[in-house]
Amino acid sequence: MIRFILRRLLVGLVLVVAVSALAYALLYANSDNIARRILGQNATTELVARKTAELGLDRPLWQQYSDWLVHAVQGQFGRSWFTGELVATGVTSRLSVTLSIVLGATILSAVVGVVLGVLAATRGGWVDRLVQFVSILGFAIPGFLVALGLVLVFSLQLGLFKATGYVPPTSSIAGWLSSVTLPVVALALGTIVVVAQQVRGSVADARERDYVRTLRSRGLSSRRVVARHVLRNAAGPALAVLAVQFVGLLGGAVIVEQIFAIPGLGQLAVSSTVKADIPMVMGLVMATAVLVVLVNLVIDLAQAALNPKVRLS
Amino acid sequence: MTEYAAAPVVAPTLARQSLFRRLLRNPVAVAALAFLAVVAVVAVVGRWIAPVDPTLSSLQLVVADPSAAHPLGGDSAGRDVLSRLLSATQISIAGALLALVVALLVGVVGGLIAGYYGGLLDTVSSWLTAIVMALPAIVVLLAARAALGPSIWVSMAIFGVLLSPAFFRLVHVSVRAVRDELYVDAARVAGLSDARIIGRHILGVVRAPIIIQSAVLLGIAIAVQSGLEFLGLGDQAVPTWGGMLNDGFAQIYRAPVLMLWPSLAIGLTSMALVLVANAARDELERSAPRPRARRRPAAVSDTRADRPATIVHPDDSRALVTDPDVLLRVRDLVVAYDREGGGSTQVVKGVDLDVRSGEVHGLIGESGSGKTQTAFAILGLLSSGGHIEAGSIEFAGDRLDEAGEGSYARVRGRRIAYVPQEPMSNLDPSFTIGSQLVEPLRVVLGLSRGEARSRALALLERVGIPDPAHAFAAYPHEISGGMAQRVLIAGAVSCDPELVIADEPTTALDVTVQAEVLDLLRDLQRERGMAVLIVTHNFGVVADLCDRVSVMQSGRIVESGPVDAIFDHPEHEYTCSLLGAILEDGDARKPLESHKEITR
Repeated sequence: MIRFILRRLLVGLVLVVAVSALAYALLYANSDNIARRILGQNATTELVARKTAELGLDRPLWQQYSDWLVHAVQGQFGRSWFTGELVATGVTSRLSVTLSIVLGATILSAVVGVVLGVLAATRGGWVDRLVQFVSILGFAIPGFLVALGLVLVFSLQLGLFKATGYVPPTSSIAGWLSSVTLPVVALALGTIVVVAQQVRGSVADARERDYVRTLRSRGLSSRRVVARHVLRNAAGPALAVLAVQFVGLLGGAVIVEQIFAIPGLGQLAVSSTVKADIPMVMGLVMATAVLVVLVNLVIDLAQAALNPKVRLS
Repeated sequence: MTEYAAAPVVAPTLARQSLFRRLLRNPVAVAALAFLAVVAVVAVVGRWIAPVDPTLSSLQLVVADPSAAHPLGGDSAGRDVLSRLLSATQISIAGALLALVVALLVGVVGGLIAGYYGGLLDTVSSWLTAIVMALPAIVVLLAARAALGPSIWVSMAIFGVLLSPAFFRLVHVSVRAVRDELYVDAARVAGLSDARIIGRHILGVVRAPIIIQSAVLLGIAIAVQSGLEFLGLGDQAVPTWGGMLNDGFAQIYRAPVLMLWPSLAIGLTSMALVLVANAARDELERSAPRPRARRRPAAVSDTRADRPATIVHPDDSRALVTDPDVLLRVRDLVVAYDREGGGSTQVVKGVDLDVRSGEVHGLIGESGSGKTQTAFAILGLLSSGGHIEAGSIEFAGDRLDEAGEGSYARVRGRRIAYVPQEPMSNLDPSFTIGSQLVEPLRVVLGLSRGEARSRALALLERVGIPDPAHAFAAYPHEISGGMAQRVLIAGAVSCDPELVIADEPTTALDVTVQAEVLDLLRDLQRERGMAVLIVTHNFGVVADLCDRVSVMQSGRIVESGPVDAIFDHPEHEYTCSLLGAILEDGDARKPLESHKEITR
């Protein structure tokens, strides 16, 4: 088991380093352009050259990157070129906001997706057809359109939730709930239908397994076999889908935060992108990659807990 | 990465032409295709049919209501909404198509090369895929925007690369599957070039799934591109659907209707693409040669009126009148399975069967004769779609076929038990052997955890498992097939049933293990005095174990009687041919004298 975790960690680490190298190359390759965009189109070539040297962008790319990597390992990701804010501070101060809506959406999609999927697979008939129909809609309609619709209906028309802004849970739990409910729902809808589809498929598959008949032949009720045996065997594929969906949710959060004016990583990402605040963007890319790797590790561990074969391999 | 559903790899036999023609018979697909056709036409000619220059601002038109000259009104900068919508269609669709083309080029070519040549390329490409999957597409696109500036073409080309794993995996998997097929070897031997083999044999297989996946990814590209523009990260000079949405969102309190048109364009186009992909997938799956479901043999349907009489050997005649010894009485049992698209297929067509208390009854016949379905019907555990169409099943005087789930639950396990054919697939891989034995003991007999555990350990010892405590804690994949079958037998007898139905209990085992398992079954039967209905295709097993035998062919019992009588005077030609086959099977351990005569 410990070897399993260590190997997963190592793979994750290699992945993070590879992502950092590629992102660095993409972000820093065009050094002349960077300085010009900071200084404005009217800056003289001389000024641009001086700024480039000041930022250390005149060195070979690999030297810049290895320098960045050495600092990054020590937790130093530099400062924003525009506000002077430490990248590490900027990212961590907004991390909890984004995590609360992304994790909220992950949990919501897992719960609702599993319930819908199990119902569709075990009840069949109109329940199944309804879930299938809603799934197509949920898959086809882009999430930010759903979010816009939710804002229009529930915030502007009905006034049930806060339309924009974020209330930290430390100042008011009710206010926090009111401010995150719509973003979480908007974010989760697309994922719910994907999880529901997967669970429906794997439950239907697991129900046809020979051992289900054998367990029932021993006098166990169908409900008990589904709850204990079918669900456990169907959980593996569903967790794998959830891992992929988590990446999608992180991306979706960028847009959803913008719609609901929530001061999270997504908003920071958009403002840094518009200004071409490269060190901040680099820090955000790294934060995202680390999050994805960590979530995948957690899901791998859950898989291992569920499936004895994974533990051995 | 963005979410995309993997298109199923389906049978290659379908030409695109026929798929398209079949789509035209599906009303939803026709509506979606028609909408997409309109979008395509607008995308081509939109810029020229726009009534006004889409970038021209006019102060009078700022958030103007619709009018004759401006049917959709004006936006926040006083530009004509209709003209912008028409022009934006062109840019948005072109951008999405660019992403699709890049994804196709990278994914299909990469998948073909990596799949066909394998080796190091496989490793490299799977790492690249993992890297691409490790970041949300929108974050990569933001980084690209920060470094390279706002250009829809640059973003969409990069997004194409991010989408390419979808095609890569599809092609890669298919190529790996096809590469080692005999007909590809044959083509290679025949001197065809690699390029020709790839073109003819491999692209043919993946063409349909690629088309379906393309529709899905085109929708995703439109959504992501609009999302990016909606964030205000696009080129403000170019009208796009997402850019218009951004403008509408800024006016959400003043003129939310501005969001309506771009939302409809984005939403309906995405939905139409997904609907077309879904319809195409359904069509492909429907026409793909369906693997014949195991244990669901297709029987020739005919009426029960022409049913030939069962040959009943004299000694057995009392079975037809009421006999207090009869534990299980099956009369006229008809089992049918629903067919795709209505109707049903009979797999058991009027079976009469009597199993007396304490006897071992063989149910013999070839694969597909309906033996297993008869057994499942008695257990009330037919696969989904199966049902008892007619007849009765009586167990110890109670009608099981009319019993609800509740009464069945009191019979199963406690009074009728089941030993399956394939040991490994009949143990839940996620639970230990012990917990699978303990659970029914606790639920059915209401034993405490400790009692159930010691009883399970005793059972494991009884069925001849060398180290019961070790096996108790083991997972199914850690024990051998023969051990697994012993575990299943232990599970079947754990609640002291009166009848055990054993469905080909030795077929999946090694020849040496078969004999041991049969010995174990016989010993347990004698020890506990239980009745056993043993389903088999092997007369050797019947000779070895059974008191009585019923011979089954095409869903019917053709001959039935004491084993000696059947071996002595087989009357039905099918029984004779089965007895003849015993020589090839060579598994008769104690053939009777008379039996030798017949087969000689």
